Amino acid sequence: MPTTMFDRIWDSHVVADLGEGWSLLYLDRILVHDLSGGRAMAEIAEAGHRVAEPSKVFATPDHAVSSAPGRTAETFAKGGKLLASLRARCAAEGVRMFDLGQRGNGIVHVMGPEMGIVLPGVTLACGDSHTCTNGGVGAMAFGIGASELTHALATQTIPQRRPGTFRIRFEGARPDGVTAKDMILAAIGRFGAAAGTGMAMEYAGGAVRAMSLEERLTLCNLSIEMGAKVGMVAPDDTTFEYLAGRDFAPKGALWDAALADWRKLPSDADARFTRDEVIDMASIAPQITWGTSPEQVSAVTGHVPRLEDAPDAGRRQAWEAALRYMGLEPGQPLVGTKVDWVFIGSCTNARISDLRAAAAVLKGRKRAGHVTAWVVPGSEQVKAEAEAEGLHRQFLDAGFEWREPGCALCVAANGEAVPPGARCVSTSNRNFVGRQGTGARTHLASPAMAAAAALAGSIVDVRSF
Amino acid sequence: MAMQAFTSVTGPATPLMMANVDTDVIIPIQRLVGTGREGLGPHAFERLRYLPDGSDNPDFVANREPYRGSPIMLAAENFGCGSSREGAVWALMGMGVRCVIAPSFGDIFFANCFQNGLLPVRLPIEEIRRIAEETEAGPGNARTTVDLARQVVITPTGREIPFGVDTRKKDAMLNGLDDIAMTLKRADAIAAWKAQDRATRAWAWESVA
Ligand code: SF4
Repeated sequence: MPTTMFDRIWDSHVVADLGEGWSLLYLDRILVHDLSGGRAMAEIAEAGHRVAEPSKVFATPDHAVSSAPGRTAETFAKGGKLLASLRARCAAEGVRMFDLGQRGNGIVHVMGPEMGIVLPGVTLACGDSHTCTNGGVGAMAFGIGASELTHALATQTIPQRRPGTFRIRFEGARPDGVTAKDMILAAIGRFGAAAGTGMAMEYAGGAVRAMSLEERLTLCNLSIEMGAKVGMVAPDDTTFEYLAGRDFAPKGALWDAALADWRKLPSDADARFTRDEVIDMASIAPQITWGTSPEQVSAVTGHVPRLEDAPDAGRRQAWEAALRYMGLEPGQPLVGTKVDWVFIGSCTNARISDLRAAAAVLKGRKRAGHVTAWVVPGSEQVKAEAEAEGLHRQFLDAGFEWREPGCALCVAANGEAVPPGARCVSTSNRNFVGRQGTGARTHLASPAMAAAAALAGSIVDVRSF
Repeated sequence: MAMQAFTSVTGPATPLMMANVDTDVIIPIQRLVGTGREGLGPHAFERLRYLPDGSDNPDFVANREPYRGSPIMLAAENFGCGSSREGAVWALMGMGVRCVIAPSFGDIFFANCFQNGLLPVRLPIEEIRRIAEETEAGPGNARTTVDLARQVVITPTGREIPFGVDTRKKDAMLNGLDDIAMTLKRADAIAAWKAQDRATRAWAWESVA
């Protein structure tokens, strides 16, 4: 019977059938971060359990660490306590931890693929909803809650109910100025923030095959913004070239054996998905959100919607509330909207290719005087690579701040925040009310669009800039 | 680990009829850095619930009588979407909510509910609107009951609406069972699976050994 890649990986990890579609799945990898990792390990210890397989668990502090240049664990004191607990529990359980300043430290979904911890065909759970990012390498990766994390750590397994599958094929040549971020935002705008609830997404089609591995990670990152549990791209030569030689990737004969397994992963040509959609690349322009849900998005050349165009009463109410929060008028053009902050960072768009794309827009120009612009690299490795290329100089010369790796303004859990009422073009993944700080107004966009907004001091179409 | 058993609850169903209520709105991340699991209740929905001066926002439905402190909340599509933070469940329970009825839920939030003893019930939006209408129209004591053992919602006018729930989740909720203990009973199956996998997929093991 023809099978999907998702079903293949699922079936090969079932330890026990729990009935009614539930399975006990084996986890090949578990990643933990500072917000929940220390607490989860402390809880299982209190209950008399140990971490079942410490060699398959990896830890990195990212959420609650300051991004200030020269930061230490103590720069943000509350986060310092979480970090101290993570350090202590990792040491007690024998779990590898990549501490601040060390190779391997960074946003958990950036460092996983980068270190070769995440591989095609593996199952991975992490106490973070954007774990779906890792599906860009062809892994079955999903976010879990704090209690589920204690279960995962104590048993190296997790009970899950088999989700439906949802494939989106992006076909056609990629138009000018369109990035992976624009593609996935356009898909969320088209299908809605709940279209994939609980499902496993597979992204396919010619435009995805042609993508770099890092772009695939960006694509999969926003799967959860469509409600999906998992996002995946079939592994291919692009994947294998990316992974070869990474710190924890298999080497030698193990690599050859892995490669043979990985080549069997892609979905059969005639595999059936619960839902199957095609998006014509020619229909996508650079995107920017105008509201407080990622589905409230438009081509940058478009307008804030008029309330009378809402498809139903519920949507009309949501749009009205969003526009009030965002300080926007129905029908106003997006281009020209004044911007106060720009944030280039997060597990969506803080990899080296993202920083290169943002830097390429600068061309020796300076940020607008009223704009505060931050670049927060996704990991120590990204930071080191960018500095070796001199990208940090280009950002600094343009008046941007060059900061230390972490989640920073994506979630504002580290004492840093966009001020109330300030408008921020952000390369992150959530424009929720208060996400970047109480009262902060977030517009999600690609790194190039964000860099252009910083220079112009307002929302601009990167293609005309 | 902190599972509270759930059998049935009764109260005026609070009509928070918004779609896409994300877990950032249910509990801001800043409250989860340095605040324990207890103590989150006063911060649940704080961006909607309080005015800038800290007083109750009269526009927030859960601040109004008879809904204040009710164990049942009604919502629209995709309740609990977004971040995986389990603090959203702890905060809801901290404000007294034991059951949320919505057409659909964020997937991780839905799983987190069952880990703690908050029952998420899926009903069609039309049914939810009718419950809200019956509650509004009824006298001040119009009550809804959610009975997990019988798998029914009993509306203020006495209509019984059945709902679905997975047997293993239902059993765990009724009895306050701990998932880890249940899985550790399968230690032999896990060990056998591992031995077989290690032999056939050595690359997944050796590269991190
Ligand atoms: S960068 Fe943002 S979305 Fe990504 S893991 Fe950190 S907080 Fe979550």
